[in-house]
Amino acid sequence: MKTMKSKTLPGLIAAATITAAGVAIADATGDEAKVSVKVMADALHLVMDSDRSVYTKKIVNRLVKKEKVIKASEHFEDDKALVLPAQMFRFGSELAMKRAEKMEDVEFSYTLQSLWPINKQNAPKTDAEKEGLKYVAENKGKNYYATEKLGGKTYFTAVYADTGVAPVCVSCHNKHPDTPKKDFKLGDVMGGVVIRIPIDS
Amino acid sequence: MKFSRYFNYWSAWLFVSLLMGSWLAYAMLNDTANKTIFMPGELSPGHHQLADACDACHTDAFGGGEVLQQACVECHGKDRVKPFDSHPVKKFKDPRNADLLENVNALQCITCHTEHKPEITLKDGLTQPVDVCFHCHQDIAEERPSHQGMPFSTCKDSGCHNFHNNRALYTDFLIKHLDEDAYLAEMKLPDREFSTILEEIVEYPRDRYPLVRLDEDDIDAATKLRGDSEIKMDWLETAHARKGVNCSACHGAPGTDGNEDAWIANPDHTACRGCHGIEVDRFMQGKHGMRLKHGLAPMTPAQAQLSMKQDSSHNELTCTSCHGAHRFDVNEAAVEACLGCHDDGHSLAYRQSPHYELWQKEIGGGAEKGTGVSCASCHMPRKSYDVSEWMSRTVVDHNQSASLSPNSKMLRSSCLHCHGLEFALGALVDSSMIDSNFNGSPDVDVQSMKLARDEYTRRQQQAEEDDDSDMFGF
Repeated sequence: MKTMKSKTLPGLIAAATITAAGVAIADATGDEAKVSVKVMADALHLVMDSDRSVYTKKIVNRLVKKEKVIKASEHFEDDKALVLPAQMFRFGSELAMKRAEKMEDVEFSYTLQSLWPINKQNAPKTDAEKEGLKYVAENKGKNYYATEKLGGKTYFTAVYADTGVAPVCVSCHNKHPDTPKKDFKLGDVMGGVVIRIPIDS
Repeated sequence: MKFSRYFNYWSAWLFVSLLMGSWLAYAMLNDTANKTIFMPGELSPGHHQLADACDACHTDAFGGGEVLQQACVECHGKDRVKPFDSHPVKKFKDPRNADLLENVNALQCITCHTEHKPEITLKDGLTQPVDVCFHCHQDIAEERPSHQGMPFSTCKDSGCHNFHNNRALYTDFLIKHLDEDAYLAEMKLPDREFSTILEEIVEYPRDRYPLVRLDEDDIDAATKLRGDSEIKMDWLETAHARKGVNCSACHGAPGTDGNEDAWIANPDHTACRGCHGIEVDRFMQGKHGMRLKHGLAPMTPAQAQLSMKQDSSHNELTCTSCHGAHRFDVNEAAVEACLGCHDDGHSLAYRQSPHYELWQKEIGGGAEKGTGVSCASCHMPRKSYDVSEWMSRTVVDHNQSASLSPNSKMLRSSCLHCHGLEFALGALVDSSMIDSNFNGSPDVDVQSMKLARDEYTRRQQQAEEDDDSDMFGF
């Protein structure tokens, strides 16, 4: 009896260990690499923000403010001027949404909003937008994440601070006839990027 | 027996049903039958010509909104992008606007432009109440204090706002053109460009038709098909002959003796389309050529809703009805062709107008080209079109509906070449000016210009307060 027990127990322990190891390995080397919505939103924001920074610094600021060879204008066609950075951002967003319509798995939207908008249609509308914009303005360096239900669908909503990275950002916004705020400084939070990714509730 | 008592009624009912059924089936399935029996209501003035072509819009029997939307975009899509449309569909696709779409589904044309409902159809096919702007712009009075007290039924008033095309109405544009004279220093319409840039057009078939002037000896029609000498003389005077466009270019294979069967005696618009694709395509989008686009018989003045001359009732509208085969006289097409059919007040008043006086001077050789104003100058204006990715050219826009209503669309393509904005807007707003065909000066206050002037003053004061010389940012 004693010999039986002493032989079975190590066997059981060995079996259990091997099973546990097997499960752990299977978990780690899953068939599908999964990315969380938060990581996806952060990655998207990094790309769109970097692209716009490049456009603002290397094209708009350089040619308009430094070299003074061209203007940038909201009415870029009529004025034969450069597209504004906010417009470049929006055109990209609209094109991305249009192209994503043809892609089954890819769906997201992003917009530019502000608590001090030039065009009032870009003021925050939903609660998440209002809280998010306030949060990122007051907590420099932090992002805001929430879940929202809009038009019957549930979204993961992320709000990122949008700062004035170049002198042209603050100077134009401060002088714009429709601006509600005239004392932005370089590096100030001027608004926020809102990214929405639909999730199953 | 009970059976025989009702048998007659049953068989009568069956017979009548079969009769009606086959009649309706014939109406639906036969291409030439009158299909208006199926219409739940009249079509709008924009589309009434297509009553016999149900499948112009109803391309699929089962499809609902998407099918209809596709049909709208098929003809009108090009004008629904920026800068021609201030409310393009892409503006509404963001999920944050989902609640607005519940009031007015701005993703679909038919939300505001439903057909078959004449009882609620307003000007320009609008089937929403005139104050529909309220749904998204309730806060406008706070955002723009100058708009306080203005009812939402006045947003669309002439000279103020246009849901689709505000190219001549946006604030900065009004401010830019604030203090212009009624008559500009240089008053000239743009030149057409085709023969001058023909050499640059890669697709032009210059192997068959080299760009050299043709004369009598070069005619490539079979001898017995050559028609009378009048036709020959007409053609020789045209730009066609000057640039090497021979008979076969429109009539088909050179009717060389023995090969007369390939000859098309009366070429239709498809013959012109080979070289004049833009003009023909635009023609088929407007009210003159819309029936051609959907394979129906050409439009005739008898079918029009506007007043037309009795004598021209059955003239068929194609390229040659205005341009006259062989002569292709563009000056005649610009005025005489129009007045041959149109019989309304505005058209009848044209010959007494200052515009006509200028036109007569131009075609008489007494004034520079482009200084006269014909019907076409305003209703088929010269616009710059992107013909390919690397080339654009100035073409006569044969879609006469494109600049018609709301008439502010006419400003940039026509009026502003010669007139200041305030004067032109006033003329378009003042209905007595339209009736008299612009005989005299407008006598209205254009409110949008007044508001623009106030805004300009406000901005100047603001700039002084901020102690800044660079007022507009950049």
